[in-house]
Amino acid sequence: MIRLVTDDLRPPGDPPRRHLLSVADLTRDDVERLLGTARTFEASLERHVKKLPTLKGHLVVNLFYESSTRTSSSFELAAKRLSADTLNVKSTGSSVDKGESLKDTALTLGAYGPDVIVIRHPQIGAPQLVAQVTDAHVVNAGDGKHQHPTQALLDLYTIREEVGPLDGLHVAIVGDVLHSRVARSLLQAFALVGIRATLVGPPALLPRELPAETSTDIDVIRDADVVYVLRMQNERMEPGANFVPSLREYAARWGITPERLRPGQKVMHPGPINRGVEIDPLVADSPDSLVLRQVRSGLVVRMAVLYDVLTGGPVGVQALAAAEVA
Amino acid sequence: MLWQRELPGASLVIRGARVLDPAERLDARLEVRIDDGTIAEVAEKVDANGHRVIEAEGLVLAPAFVDSHVHLRTPGREDEETVASGTAAAAAGGYCAILAMPNTEPIVDSAATLGALVETACHEAEIPVGFLAAITRGQRGEELTEMGELADTGAVAFSDDGVPVASAGLMRRALQYASITDRPLALHCEEPTLSRGGHVHEGRVAAELGFAGYPSVAESVAVERDLALAGYESGRIHVLHLSAVESVDALRRAREAGVAASGEATPHHLVLTDDAVRSLDPNVKMNPPLRAEEDRQALLDAVRDGTIEAIATDHAPHAAHEKEVPFEAAPFGVTGLETAFASLYTHLVEPGLLPLETLLERMSAGPARIFGLDRPRVAAGARANLVLLDLDRKWTVGEQPFRSRSANSWLLGSKLSGAVRMTLAGGGLVLDSKELA
Repeated sequence: MIRLVTDDLRPPGDPPRRHLLSVADLTRDDVERLLGTARTFEASLERHVKKLPTLKGHLVVNLFYESSTRTSSSFELAAKRLSADTLNVKSTGSSVDKGESLKDTALTLGAYGPDVIVIRHPQIGAPQLVAQVTDAHVVNAGDGKHQHPTQALLDLYTIREEVGPLDGLHVAIVGDVLHSRVARSLLQAFALVGIRATLVGPPALLPRELPAETSTDIDVIRDADVVYVLRMQNERMEPGANFVPSLREYAARWGITPERLRPGQKVMHPGPINRGVEIDPLVADSPDSLVLRQVRSGLVVRMAVLYDVLTGGPVGVQALAAAEVA
Repeated sequence: MLWQRELPGASLVIRGARVLDPAERLDARLEVRIDDGTIAEVAEKVDANGHRVIEAEGLVLAPAFVDSHVHLRTPGREDEETVASGTAAAAAGGYCAILAMPNTEPIVDSAATLGALVETACHEAEIPVGFLAAITRGQRGEELTEMGELADTGAVAFSDDGVPVASAGLMRRALQYASITDRPLALHCEEPTLSRGGHVHEGRVAAELGFAGYPSVAESVAVERDLALAGYESGRIHVLHLSAVESVDALRRAREAGVAASGEATPHHLVLTDDAVRSLDPNVKMNPPLRAEEDRQALLDAVRDGTIEAIATDHAPHAAHEKEVPFEAAPFGVTGLETAFASLYTHLVEPGLLPLETLLERMSAGPARIFGLDRPRVAAGARANLVLLDLDRKWTVGEQPFRSRSANSWLLGSKLSGAVRMTLAGGGLVLDSKELA
């Protein structure tokens, strides 16, 4: 079930708003429904006229406090393909530069009556705060190191389309797990659909307490059906933190090279990639790389998410939601 | 040394209450007469002498509470708390004495700043308040404050609370010098190179949510260091806001070895674990962070066996707008003065985890003993420092406005049992209840 936030300020009897804040709030049924909707949208994109009238008259605000290419462009395009109006606000060049708080920015944008606010923010819990102070449906497009639920959904979609049924697959997630919201969302999503995960990387970048097998030995990736490579997040590495001695040493020990892969082994990466650090250019550009397939999946999965939070999904789910609140 | 504004001494008779003073080994239905702020008689039957008579059938009369760890935010952040509002909040929570931490703006590191605070307290404080002064100038951890003069001006103890004294060498010098003042050092134990950037206990919850971890070992290595130094220098230390099982074990061992060390725990560390952080509510963000269930159990054991002698709130008011931000952007700290007793009664005493007598002792006689304050007691001749408690009364936190200027309570919306009905502090009636005649 997509998380239902009810707050006391809303008149009693108002239907609960649907948000997508964390994979932790989803059930397997939610995932199946979303991936199924995405499939339908993908088929529609093959038509001559790619625009659907589904969300005509709705307003989707994209509020981005961090730089983004894939996520922001795909949310914008997803809204446009569904005929919604879009408003893109970036922290740089907005009143955020003048010190406006997230609450005040959210209240301000909320005054336009948006149906959906898509938010990316460097701090954990920012989407929850926006959900508390506005009447919009909120979609988390990445909050700090916490969650990136649409990334996890588009990755499930990609794996199902390109590798096969999800249940029983084995995915190795390689690299900077500690600082990765993608890894956190993926682990929860994998648990929902029955994918086994192994975390591989330098010791200080593998949190001990996550519910997954871990290994510092890169050679274990050969056992996996899919190798999911994380970006070495330089901007999250404080100077002197010494998570790894150098990027050079990281690349030598944990970089994904053709030699470390089985022939035909699929490789994924959420982007942006650092060629020559966590992924060898030969791997990035090989036919077994699903990186651009992930980008295409991102569009249709985000269309599905916008559609789902706004329409309430199938009737059964809505009834269930109402029952839960009552 | 405690300061309070001038209040008329109360003259009252309290009848029908269960009088419970663990330190006096007193638990009986007795009547108490207070003449002009001093307890005149505690007996099965006392004369009213024309005093107002409080019919306290079904209530508990106990020594009022002492909080050794409060942030009054004055000077500097009077929008968050003042001496007047903080002591009014304390009166509402059943306290007869509180000690304020020196991490204000400016830091209380000079006799001039301390003297001004004392002056303010003499005009504004609803209940007796004492002040700690900083260990190091500006709490920068570089040079000692003039502890001699600060003690003469009234500093109850010394603390750099809010930040640790990072240098072991400087801590040693502080222990040596503080000995001339006969006052303890109250220590915020944190190894900053281990806690750096951490917002949440390093454990499963932090790993799953993506928070930078603040591991238990960041506290316990600092506790171990300071206990070793205190033992070596025969100094007296009080470990503030203990949170980790390793720290508690270290304190217990050091006390057994004869080190003059005491410790305190906060209500939130005794009731909550890091699981509460899953709400992402900035009102469960504090330093040290909420830890695991085994840590909470260790704190509870230590409160029971007396290793932890004091329960202190670490009442840390913050402006609403500073907490209405994502968790990581929020400042550390929660309020506690107005909810401490009820939260602990509800979550520890009612479920049978802690005897009421022990709770009352750790909230009153324990902290008084550590800081050399007169122990509040129910005995003839003592100043009236008393609290009247209704254990059965249920209330919802936040329904009535707080007396504190800040509302960053970890209990907002919680239903609690146990209400403070009346407080006498320094002989004055500082919390009254009109319903009680």
